[in-house]
Amino acid sequence: MQTTVLLQAQRTAVRIGAGKAAPELDGDAPELARLRAGDEAAFVALVGRHHAAMRRVARAYVPSDAVAEEVVQETWIAVLRGLKNFRGESSFRTWLFSILVNRARSVGSRERRTSPHEDPHAVDPTRFGADGMWSRPPERWDEAIDERLDAAALSGTLDAALADLPARQREVLVLRDVEDLTSAEVSDVLGISEGNQRVLLHRGRSRLRNELERRLAA
Amino acid sequence: MINLFARPYRCAEIVELVSDYLEGSLSKRQRARFEAHIAGCEHCHAYLDQMRLTIELSGRLDEDDLSDAMRSEFGEVFRRMREEGEI
Repeated sequence: MQTTVLLQAQRTAVRIGAGKAAPELDGDAPELARLRAGDEAAFVALVGRHHAAMRRVARAYVPSDAVAEEVVQETWIAVLRGLKNFRGESSFRTWLFSILVNRARSVGSRERRTSPHEDPHAVDPTRFGADGMWSRPPERWDEAIDERLDAAALSGTLDAALADLPARQREVLVLRDVEDLTSAEVSDVLGISEGNQRVLLHRGRSRLRNELERRLAA
Repeated sequence: MINLFARPYRCAEIVELVSDYLEGSLSKRQRARFEAHIAGCEHCHAYLDQMRLTIELSGRLDEDDLSDAMRSEFGEVFRRMREEGEI
């Protein structure tokens, strides 16, 4: 288990480290082609593939899970109606999430959970000495995970932590790290600069890491 | 003035640069300084691994969570729209 997790983490790192906006094949292309030919099963497969991420992103704008679910449904109806005009100039998922975000924003009451006084530090500053070096350093997780928790339990922690993130961080994190859009795609979908996107991503990731660390120490 | 002998990063700076490093958005020089620090600091190396694992675990949250009931509901929407000539 532990080895698998770490190997996959390394693979992810290689892919992420390889740089932004690497032109990759649209993973939805096979189902999209079948959907255009009227295949219901292909439609349901696409819905299933993106459903969790769509619900999470929509939930960042609207006040309840039920409303988020409605926004997701309306998005798919809009996708079916607009399919013949979609020329594939962006990836399918970029198009899909752009529709979703537009709908969620117009439905949402905009009562976003913003936190103006949010801690700007990735790590509690008291964990560093006056020289800026670690005084309470992080432990290696490969041992901790093996002995105390499996990856499934950590996923539960992560899911809860994600739901708790400020809305702007959550939507970026879901699109970039959960749904695996490129940073350029995320910026397009949300209409923000890549720099702004990276700041939100960094805050979100740092918070999730902190939550995992707390869980592993418990 | 360009500082050819830039001071090494401190750990407290490394933790703020991790995402830019992983996203490939550090400058060449920053990247070299970042990697020089990581190579010599086991704690920051552990921290970097933790961030990678956090990202990896996030990537696994996209599992298909559609219930059978919703699956057939979406199928029905599709069939209805096709019958009404909307698609």
